[in-house]
Amino acid sequence: MKQLYDTLLKIVGAGFVSDAREERYIYSMDPGTMPACEPDIVVLPGNTDEVQKIVQAANRYRVPLVPLGAGLVLSGLSRALKGGIVMDMKRMNRILEINEMSRYALVEAGTSQGMLQAHLRKHFPSLKHSAPDAPPAATVAGNICIHGSGHMSHAGGFHSDMLNGLEVVLPTGEIARLGSCATSPYWFARAPLPDLAGLFLGWAGTTGVVTKLSIKLYPNYPLNDVSVFVCENASMMPNILYQITGTQIAEDVTTWMTPKPDWAAGFFHCNVNYGAKTKQELIWKRNLIRSAVENYIDDKTGGFLPLPGMMKQRFLDVPARQLSLFADVRKGGGFEYVGAIMPVALFPQAYELGLDIADRRGVSYSMGCRVIGVNHSMMFFYAYAFNRADPADVKRAQDALEETNKKVLGLGGIPWKAEAPAQKEILRQMDPHMVDLMNRIRTMMDPQHIMNPGNWEDDR
Amino acid sequence: MNASLDFDPAICASCKTCDCLMRCQYMTFDLPEAKKEKARINSGKNSRVLTECATCYACEEYCPNGNHPFYLIVERQEEKGFLPSPAPITHQQILMMKPRGTLTPMKVKAPVIDLCYFPMLTGSIREPLYENPSIIVGSDLFCNIMWLHFARNSVIREQLPRVIDNIWHYYLRDSHVHELICFHDECYATFSHLAPAFNIQVPFKPVHVFEYISNRLDVLKKRIKPIHARVAYQRPCSNRLIPETQHWVDDIFTKIGVERVARTYDRENALCCGQVLRAHQREELADDIQNRNLEDMKATGAIYCVFNCPACMATLAEPAAEKGLFPIHLSDLCQLALEGNAPKG
Repeated sequence: MKQLYDTLLKIVGAGFVSDAREERYIYSMDPGTMPACEPDIVVLPGNTDEVQKIVQAANRYRVPLVPLGAGLVLSGLSRALKGGIVMDMKRMNRILEINEMSRYALVEAGTSQGMLQAHLRKHFPSLKHSAPDAPPAATVAGNICIHGSGHMSHAGGFHSDMLNGLEVVLPTGEIARLGSCATSPYWFARAPLPDLAGLFLGWAGTTGVVTKLSIKLYPNYPLNDVSVFVCENASMMPNILYQITGTQIAEDVTTWMTPKPDWAAGFFHCNVNYGAKTKQELIWKRNLIRSAVENYIDDKTGGFLPLPGMMKQRFLDVPARQLSLFADVRKGGGFEYVGAIMPVALFPQAYELGLDIADRRGVSYSMGCRVIGVNHSMMFFYAYAFNRADPADVKRAQDALEETNKKVLGLGGIPWKAEAPAQKEILRQMDPHMVDLMNRIRTMMDPQHIMNPGNWEDDR
Repeated sequence: MNASLDFDPAICASCKTCDCLMRCQYMTFDLPEAKKEKARINSGKNSRVLTECATCYACEEYCPNGNHPFYLIVERQEEKGFLPSPAPITHQQILMMKPRGTLTPMKVKAPVIDLCYFPMLTGSIREPLYENPSIIVGSDLFCNIMWLHFARNSVIREQLPRVIDNIWHYYLRDSHVHELICFHDECYATFSHLAPAFNIQVPFKPVHVFEYISNRLDVLKKRIKPIHARVAYQRPCSNRLIPETQHWVDDIFTKIGVERVARTYDRENALCCGQVLRAHQREELADDIQNRNLEDMKATGAIYCVFNCPACMATLAEPAAEKGLFPIHLSDLCQLALEGNAPKG
């Protein structure tokens, strides 16, 4: 390790590599329930060349290498499960290009959501990216690589669907460009070339290190509004979402169900966010959305909350701030959730499943979903808050998460950004030929198995 | 408690004008149809009024006989299950506004200002306009009149006696205070108009904040720096129940040197702020009346849009500001006159 440390020191310089105990402690965990795993060394590269040299060094010393964005994934994907190096990408945070006409942003992998959002607001106020409901420190690249979703996901799908191209350092040290940027100076699309970007999406950093990426941008309207539909019956929700998304008017469609405050318990809220250039257009969009669910309004089984402007702001914030309040409801700063990707039709069962688990295990919960695309799927979340200072509370949340993961799989959903134990559950249920293909690809790309080992590992 | 509504069908039967429906701003009738629909309502039959009513309270003001046409409409809506709002909206509002049972007895001194459910109004109760007031506020004091908009007289019947009891026993009785200053039209209307109509006893004397302010402005006359501006007044629905208080608004405006502009949609022709109609899912009607109302205010050259109802203000403040009007609560406008720092527009 001493030789490796010295090698890394030469690559990145003093101040950007550490094996100090306190640094390794900080990098051993994320805010979720997964147990700490200390790396041996932490390194912060400043550019792609340094990333390449670090990968080459890891190969030379056969040491695991774990790429890290902001470390906010909550499911422990950037813990060094088998020790080695954690490579923190946050120094590589330059915004390299905003192409206004083609509506894309080219950024380095350490660029945070907040930095990109602030940059666009200041320099390109007519554009925005699809920000997730994560803290602003979360990285753009990290969220794309985990198939994240956000405030444009009804309009644009998963964040990985909004990816135009990548620059990656392969596990063997080569630098590759994927997408239009492989053959053109422009980073405008993944089509029409063979699409290799998928080799780096959903793989939890086991196939290489993303160093640059281009993502789609969207019109940022000067006027924004939210309509909040409410009903009292979970079985109505799939059709409500189907009808609302069928208008293709909204940018983001989310639901929320929570037992606190008391007035919210037992109600199903659907936030429909949309924007417009003019007041007239905004009202027109509101009316179209409303007409999609008119039958529920007419039979009085559902309707839109009468929210004055001042009460809407909390639903217009990007990212949504009230989530951070729930995250600390038990105090002690512990928060994790199972995000399950599943068909919208499973909404009622997914909700009942969450209620049952929360009731039985006595955990504080909040549930909801974000519709992906035009009702193509949803990310249904089961959020459990816990007190990190109380081991029994942590265990309770951990057990609830584990049970949720298993039950979600049983329903036909798939846990999103799954923790290492949940990955094994998924692999057990996965088509064995897909598992074999994953293993072959990984062995071909990373013959020494240095990239984030312990993730997507097949125990068979 | 099942307090009965003070209503006499014989009065309606002999009524020649049927003002309650004929003067309605949201439904149109000719006189024969109005009489026919009113008779249907009175006898407990279905009527289009029960589904089309905007619940603006105005017919309580229009009825020359004080025969409570609006309270009866609400009674019939509830009996027949004609919900103005979708059920989940009503159910959730009831949960949201329910009493929390968190009161503890407190000694108070006159003047006692009742802020109803809304602690966010506390900042308005300050010197010099209010002199050493005791403030009472909270879910257990919520006057519950809003359920008239939701076809829920039953909630009023259930909750209002408790609210009155809370105010009397937790605050006023043992403090030997017999007057309650109601900051909101709704509370004053509840205690002085709705409770008697439902034969619910009120052991204290409600005083409208208008009266208190008007008297205080007399005391503080030398400190008033006239504002010299034109103001448009948004008269709230609950003031329809207590039109006798309107002269105080005029008195107050005169005392602080503002002109209440004559406009189409003020006084007996006032328009709803629109928020209730949104709860009823009548968005386009709400848009229409808000737009007409604000355009009417703007056309008069008013600088300020003055509110007394916090719900009207929450609803219309932003669109009023977009029209170039300065939204302000009546009480705060008086404070500006006393402080001498009112924006001139």
